[in-house]
Amino acid sequence: MDTVSASITEHAPAAAHHHTAPTGWIRKYVFSLDHKVIGKQYLGLGLLAVCTGMALSWVMRYHLAWPDKAVPLLGLIAPKFAAGGVITPEFYLQVMTMHGTIMVFFVLTTAPFAGFGNFILPIQLGAEDMAFPRFNMMSFWVTFVAFAVLVAAFFIPDGPALSGWTAYAPLSAVGKASGPGEGLGQTLWAVSIAIFCIGQLLGSLNFIATTLDLRTKGMTFMRMPYSTWAWFITAIIALIAFSVLLPACVMLILDRVAGTSFFIPAGLVVSDTLQPHSGGSPLLWQHLFWFFGHPEVYIAIVPSFGIVSTILPVVCRKPHLGPRVLIGCMLAIAGLSYMVWGHHMFLSGMSPTSATLFSVPTLIITIPSAIVTLLWLGTVYGSKLRLTTAALFCLAFISVFVTGGLSGFFLSQPSIDTYLHGTYFVVGHFHFVMGVAAMFGIFAGTYFWFPKIFGRMMNETLGKWHFALTFIGVYATFMPMHWLGLTGNVRRYSSFPSDYMHGSLPLHRFITFSALFLGGAQLIFLVNLIWSRFRGPIAPANPWEASSLEWDTTSPPPFDNFGGVHPVVYHGPNEFGVASPRGDYVMQTDPPAAAAAV
Amino acid sequence: MGKLFAVAVTVITLISAALFVTHTWWLPPDISVLGRGIDGQITETMVFTGALFVAAQLALALFVWQSSDGVATRVIRSFPGGATFMVVFACAIVSIELVSLVFVGTKVWSSIYLDAAPANALHIDVQAGQFAFYFRYAGPDGKFGVPHPELIDEGNSNFFGLDPKNDTAARDDIISASLVVPVNQPVLLTMHSKDVGHSLFIPELRLQQDFVPGLVIPVHFTATGITKTEVVCTQLCGLGHYNMRAYVEVLSRDDFAKWLVDQAGQ
Repeated sequence: MDTVSASITEHAPAAAHHHTAPTGWIRKYVFSLDHKVIGKQYLGLGLLAVCTGMALSWVMRYHLAWPDKAVPLLGLIAPKFAAGGVITPEFYLQVMTMHGTIMVFFVLTTAPFAGFGNFILPIQLGAEDMAFPRFNMMSFWVTFVAFAVLVAAFFIPDGPALSGWTAYAPLSAVGKASGPGEGLGQTLWAVSIAIFCIGQLLGSLNFIATTLDLRTKGMTFMRMPYSTWAWFITAIIALIAFSVLLPACVMLILDRVAGTSFFIPAGLVVSDTLQPHSGGSPLLWQHLFWFFGHPEVYIAIVPSFGIVSTILPVVCRKPHLGPRVLIGCMLAIAGLSYMVWGHHMFLSGMSPTSATLFSVPTLIITIPSAIVTLLWLGTVYGSKLRLTTAALFCLAFISVFVTGGLSGFFLSQPSIDTYLHGTYFVVGHFHFVMGVAAMFGIFAGTYFWFPKIFGRMMNETLGKWHFALTFIGVYATFMPMHWLGLTGNVRRYSSFPSDYMHGSLPLHRFITFSALFLGGAQLIFLVNLIWSRFRGPIAPANPWEASSLEWDTTSPPPFDNFGGVHPVVYHGPNEFGVASPRGDYVMQTDPPAAAAAV
Repeated sequence: MGKLFAVAVTVITLISAALFVTHTWWLPPDISVLGRGIDGQITETMVFTGALFVAAQLALALFVWQSSDGVATRVIRSFPGGATFMVVFACAIVSIELVSLVFVGTKVWSSIYLDAAPANALHIDVQAGQFAFYFRYAGPDGKFGVPHPELIDEGNSNFFGLDPKNDTAARDDIISASLVVPVNQPVLLTMHSKDVGHSLFIPELRLQQDFVPGLVIPVHFTATGITKTEVVCTQLCGLGHYNMRAYVEVLSRDDFAKWLVDQAGQ
């Protein structure tokens, strides 16, 4: 299992690598054209972003549980915004805005799609690199600049934006008249997201072109691994979604700095001053934002569909149930994701008839989601599970996706949304279905592909401790948010002065303890990651006895991925539980005759 | 580890389900005509999704328990019916849900937003601004004065930008910081914002609606119980968002008439 397949054919001279291996440090590790380095850079950025986002969530949770107490160390870290560590209402909203923006854009989009996709997709296709390596490099560095611009807002006098990750106009559009955090910080937010869009458009084009053009011999569409299918579909979703968000952000910037009125109507009196705008529509921003925003949910989660569907057959040692149905469902989800954005706007004042029209496709999109979930369950059924840490995170992914998906049934109905909209029920729902599920996909992918990426194995004992504590912590943190929502507890409040919300404080404290516990569990992951990177056992080529092409080359792969040869593919990625010379599986490059021999 | 996982999933599922079923944390009592339909819809959805939640989680736990025994010789089994069964099952379940929830839910939604307010509805004009609600009653003449944004002056309590010097209808308009309504009488709110987006949420009335600058949004309700409760803002509107609230008082018709007279005399 550790040997590189002998069936790889010799490289044709004409197909030589289209850029040579770099020799200088800068070109090798910083401005690299190598998709593997760029993938690692994206994963590194995702790790930096998730640590930042998680630290911000601790600050929020601590303040919600003990609103009058100083947050430990915060007075030293951010004396300008939280003198003595006590958080002001506006700083709470700024922290919340940055938490949401960082997590959605720079973690959930960056890591599972751009990170793993960059490293793994070309190898799974049998290619030497992405179709446009320079665009690829540009994509990462543009994204990095976007992150730097966003975080720079912490270092300006007014601090970051406070209008939430959705940046609803006109709060986000009228400038600093609407309060602290709506000055330069909000402009930086819009500039950052516009830059981010450019990075993702470059990346998406690259993924699509690479998938269409650089598949190796024999790699038909139906032989592509599910993870590659998922990244390909995600790229299509992202290409359309970010194409809309980019001009929306430019319009927002123009409203703020150039006096235009795309999102600002006439007659607004902000801070006792009549605003010099007319003719704009706040609902236009909501439509443009959510036309991006709902597909963004699938940009975050579909890669994890692919990761889980790729890992499950490997750890179950049986073929994935209904591979064509699985791919069809992912495509259906991608298509339907553009017909449901209005369910975020049931109460926005748009036509009430539209609410019904948006509700139906929102419920219909649960059909492919339910089918995919059942296919995963059917794959686990009657299998021979190898309970690696990656396997455990895949199984837990199914659990949290079910939990988060089912709470979506409530919010997809306008009449129920009349009560639950704007409450913690929504927070619990999207953290399960989008945040935690995608994170579990990222964790599964990390434990699964770490040996391939770094050439060393991760520590499985630490991994299982990390998994167990994370799984419990996740449910303890996010399930109670549904109960808070049912009581009418409103989200985005820095404290709860309302009489009827006083009773929610004990539950908020429980959630805070759980969140801190959950955060502490991630330290195990960090230790494991760093220790394994330098001290982990050397990884063989195919430690999991998997079938796809990335396991048919060394760990880590050479610069051109397959050492100067082109793999030829004879099988799909799903051939497990079959008798073969390798044992119970067939690699994609195994010649038909060899695979048939028992 | 597989059996441990199965036990953890089962325990989490049963505890979560029990806390939903026992209504440990639940909606506040409903005091509105429309609330009955919404509560019924929530309960129906809770039963439906709750059954699916428990079934799916326990199936996952069972399959993991069975598949993780580590017996190397165990024969791999395919799921009975295969992918076809899964597709038919998912389509059937969601179709049932579509029929039972969407059509019933549409009726509830229509009664809130598509049916016009009854002709005898009390009309109250509501303005939201950072970080307060103001409620305007037409006064004895039954007419509202025309608001002028350029005349808004909170320092002089002209929250709506009225022009009583030139607009006779504006002279008797009653402005209140609380929403006061009579019990069992339909109420029509016309909602508008003077600055940024806000939202009006009264949990006991099962009523929530955004204010969108530039739009006047009508919404109607009928309160069925005498009470004093709160309206809060649920649309992020700036630093004071958490504290943007007002009281809602549902009075008997006599008490409401008296309150209106008292306010008109001030």
